[in-house]
Amino acid sequence: MRQTRAVEFSTGLFVLLGFAALFFLMTQITSRGLSLSETSYHLTASFENVGGLKVGAPVSMSGVTVGRIESIQYDATIYKAVVKLAIRTQFDHIPNDSDAAIYTAGLLGGQYLGLSPGGSDVFYKNGDTIQLTQSAIVLEHLISKFLFDKAGQGDSKSSTGKTP
Amino acid sequence: MSVLVDWLEMLAEQVRQWGRFSIFTARLFAVTPRALLRFRLIVEQLNNTGARSLVIIMLSGLFVGMVLGLQGYDLLRRFGSTEALGTAAALGLLRELGPVVTALLFAGRAGTSLTSEIGLMSATDQLAAMEMMAVDPIRRVCAPRFIGGVLAMPLLAAIFGLLGILGAYLVGVVIMGVDSGQFWSQMRSSVELKDVVEGIVKSVAFGLACSSIAVFEGYYAVPTAEGVGRATTRTVVVSSVAILALDYMLTAALL
Repeated sequence: MRQTRAVEFSTGLFVLLGFAALFFLMTQITSRGLSLSETSYHLTASFENVGGLKVGAPVSMSGVTVGRIESIQYDATIYKAVVKLAIRTQFDHIPNDSDAAIYTAGLLGGQYLGLSPGGSDVFYKNGDTIQLTQSAIVLEHLISKFLFDKAGQGDSKSSTGKTP
Repeated sequence: MSVLVDWLEMLAEQVRQWGRFSIFTARLFAVTPRALLRFRLIVEQLNNTGARSLVIIMLSGLFVGMVLGLQGYDLLRRFGSTEALGTAAALGLLRELGPVVTALLFAGRAGTSLTSEIGLMSATDQLAAMEMMAVDPIRRVCAPRFIGGVLAMPLLAAIFGLLGILGAYLVGVVIMGVDSGQFWSQMRSSVELKDVVEGIVKSVAFGLACSSIAVFEGYYAVPTAEGVGRATTRTVVVSSVAILALDYMLTAALL
């Protein structure tokens, strides 16, 4: 077998380059390449309407991501959507009267869950339920409300104008 | 009447071809564990199919990435969200373009060389000579080439993807002036490990398909100059169709 040092070198270079590229793609390009080693605790919160919230969406406090949405289910007994959150264990100082609200990041951005801290001295622990929640703002509801208001105003104005 | 018989004969030949391919791949898989022990042969093939394809893969990756950067920039500018260029380029390259274009180039660069090499070995009675010496040519000749191809494909696809992202960065950030920080941070926040894994799964599947087709066509090539030429052409055609069909199925399954 004619297996010169040059062949060994180029093969080795190829394999090393390939694995380096794979490693780079897996760790540097992705958002949570090492999320498997992360430990977290769970909270639940129920909402009237979760809007476009998706599993895997970030949970943030003051704009910092502290966890992820783990599951979204519909509870047929309370007629609400039950959202399960996984919060990283390093953020274990969240007061247990903090409230959760669903916001939209940017105009076309995805929705996320924002926690705003309350004033309690007792902190949330694994398995707790967030009591104070605020549903997602559905843009269509907002627009239709606005339009109906406008239409109502227009009607009253025109009727007063025509009957002097 | 004879036309009908000809048609039926052609149909039967196609079915036989499928049967031959299935039996051949089954034998290939059966000898793979033992062929893995001949490490030097595999390294040699890894050099032949992988290392020697490196230049074409890197160049193509760079240019595909640059085109993606240019097209993506023009498209995203219309929506005023050029910051998403990094995300668009990375997702496109990792999930779709990387594995598929690499596999198509692999079929053209490495698949043809495998087919013509094995076809020529069979035309010059080298395979028959091996059988005379009680050496299984599938195990000694076909399996190392098959394994080398399967191992090389994901690595080539990863290199292609990386160079592609670099090309998109070059055009988008350096030439078109997208913000560098936005480019990387948007990419990193929206690309998930799942997307990289999808690309790897695809490229391994394409590697299995391309290598087995190339080796099969070479092994069953008509042992003449014309026959080897035809087999080489068929490798490219069949591999390309197989890659694109498999790509659709895998995308549907993994999405």
